[in-house]
Amino acid sequence: MADNALFQFLLRMGDNSLILGHRVSEWCGHSPVLEEDIALANTALDLIGQTQFWLGLAGEVEGKGRSADDLAFLRDAWDYRNVLLCELPNGDFGQTLMRQFLYDAWASVMMGRLMTSSDERVAAIAAKASKEVAYHVERSGDTVVGLGDGTEESHARMQAALDYLWPYVGEMFDSDEVDAAMVKAGIAPDPASLREEYDALVGKVLGQATLTIPTDTFHHKGGRTGYMHTEHLGHLLCTMQWLQRAYPGATW
Amino acid sequence: MYAQMITAEASDEDPKLLEEFQARIDRDEKIEPKDWMPMAYRKTLIRQIGQHAHSEVVGQLPEGNWITRAPTLERKAILLAKVQDEAGHGLYLYSAAETLGVSRDELVELLHEGKMKYSSIFNYPTLNWADIGAVGWLVDGAAIVNQVALQRTSYGPYSRAMIRICKEESFHARQGYHAIMQMAFGTPAQKAMAQDAVNRLWFPAIMMFGPSDSESVHSEQSMQWKIKVRSNDDLRQQFVDQTVPQIEYLGLDLPDPGIKWNEERGHYDYSDPDWSEFFNVIKGKGPCNVDRLNDRTNAWEDGAWVRDGLLAHGRKKAAARTAAE
Ligand SMILES: [Fe+2]
Ligand SMILES: [Fe+2]
Ligand SMILES: [Fe+2]
Repeated sequence: MADNALFQFLLRMGDNSLILGHRVSEWCGHSPVLEEDIALANTALDLIGQTQFWLGLAGEVEGKGRSADDLAFLRDAWDYRNVLLCELPNGDFGQTLMRQFLYDAWASVMMGRLMTSSDERVAAIAAKASKEVAYHVERSGDTVVGLGDGTEESHARMQAALDYLWPYVGEMFDSDEVDAAMVKAGIAPDPASLREEYDALVGKVLGQATLTIPTDTFHHKGGRTGYMHTEHLGHLLCTMQWLQRAYPGATW
Repeated sequence: MYAQMITAEASDEDPKLLEEFQARIDRDEKIEPKDWMPMAYRKTLIRQIGQHAHSEVVGQLPEGNWITRAPTLERKAILLAKVQDEAGHGLYLYSAAETLGVSRDELVELLHEGKMKYSSIFNYPTLNWADIGAVGWLVDGAAIVNQVALQRTSYGPYSRAMIRICKEESFHARQGYHAIMQMAFGTPAQKAMAQDAVNRLWFPAIMMFGPSDSESVHSEQSMQWKIKVRSNDDLRQQFVDQTVPQIEYLGLDLPDPGIKWNEERGHYDYSDPDWSEFFNVIKGKGPCNVDRLNDRTNAWEDGAWVRDGLLAHGRKKAAARTAAE
């Protein structure tokens, strides 16, 4: 059970960065200004890099000879363990950046905690990722502030993005028996324990952005357990996995 | 400002200044932004550097077409890094163009109005995964042959941009070749994709050097000013000579039955591409011209609220800072 819990935890980490990285990569060549094309490609690249580490370790822990690529390209939607937030469509640039910020803020708190993991391999991945994530959250946070406190139109679009995405934030702080096992082994923190730091960070930035956090505390769930993803994930996987599925056994 | 420059007549330029300018070029001195230069030199450079910058930006699209379908995490990362480099090249080249007195926004506007071009190669589609390897190997490969020559170009900022960009382009070409090698030596289906990619992209790639010297409109003056350093045919031959053995190494059929080693010349002979196709693509009738330009203009228009929003925020911050002082 301990190993299976670790495997599930690593899938959650790796699937978050994989699915979000994929979404961000969809922007290639279509962003509002050249500097953003570069920044988005860079963000996607970092996330895919983190995925290679998390899923690589997941395959190792599982011990069935599956590589990071096997896990990324040959699992179906119900075996994915990313939070729903990561698979939501890009929407406009504002929605993409708001989603990025809401995730980056979580990742920055999470990586900080994981750096002291009792599992050295987890601590090493988190140490590397934390540098990237610190840069991401600064950048996405600045953009959220700039657009929230920009023109009337940009403000309205950012508020709409926040309203749409906020009900997906809570899932990042849900706990179950996988998390309990991780806490017990000293490998990862209880997700609920990140909430205070997260709220402080997000509250500060959204305040500067002159945006209002919705008061409804309801949140969607089902991604990190795999129980019920959104309809969006299947389409993403269709595209992402197509070559591997169509030409099984080929080396690329 | 650029629009005025385009229509400005150069006829009243001081012959003495012109003579001194040519003498500097002949001595292989670099021309720097603050130096005097003939209007036509400035215009030619703006056109060439601007076009090059646009090519880097539009060039993101055919490769971006496969980022979401890249078959492994590593291939996806390599492609993302490459496309990020290309956007960086665009930024760097727009800055070089700005030293000549034209803004990036003006250049982008001219592109969107169809008044400036980008490299025709990007008006061809990427249809299978091997195309991504072939683009790196053949398209970046052809660009390198061109750009290594341009490192010696007379305009300082352009020359320096080429030196910096070439390093990354060589990396792209090597990675591209590695990707297509993986396909050519892979399963029969993969090999077929590699062959298909080479067949489709060969002629467009050798067209990248432009029409034959006898028919190239801008060549002579550009050579004299060392904006251009080697002739189109010369560069094309170098590319063919370096690429044919690579195709053979991959075990693929040559994409042109006219390719034959010519002992006497010490070069490969090859068939002339269909230049009517080339001119058609330039006129907007390539397979992707309309879609590519629509992609760019839509991205620009859809992003207007973002640029406006960030600008407005910048102004508010600046105003708050002044008020606090
Ligand atoms: Fe280039
Ligand atoms: Fe480039
Ligand atoms: Fe390149």
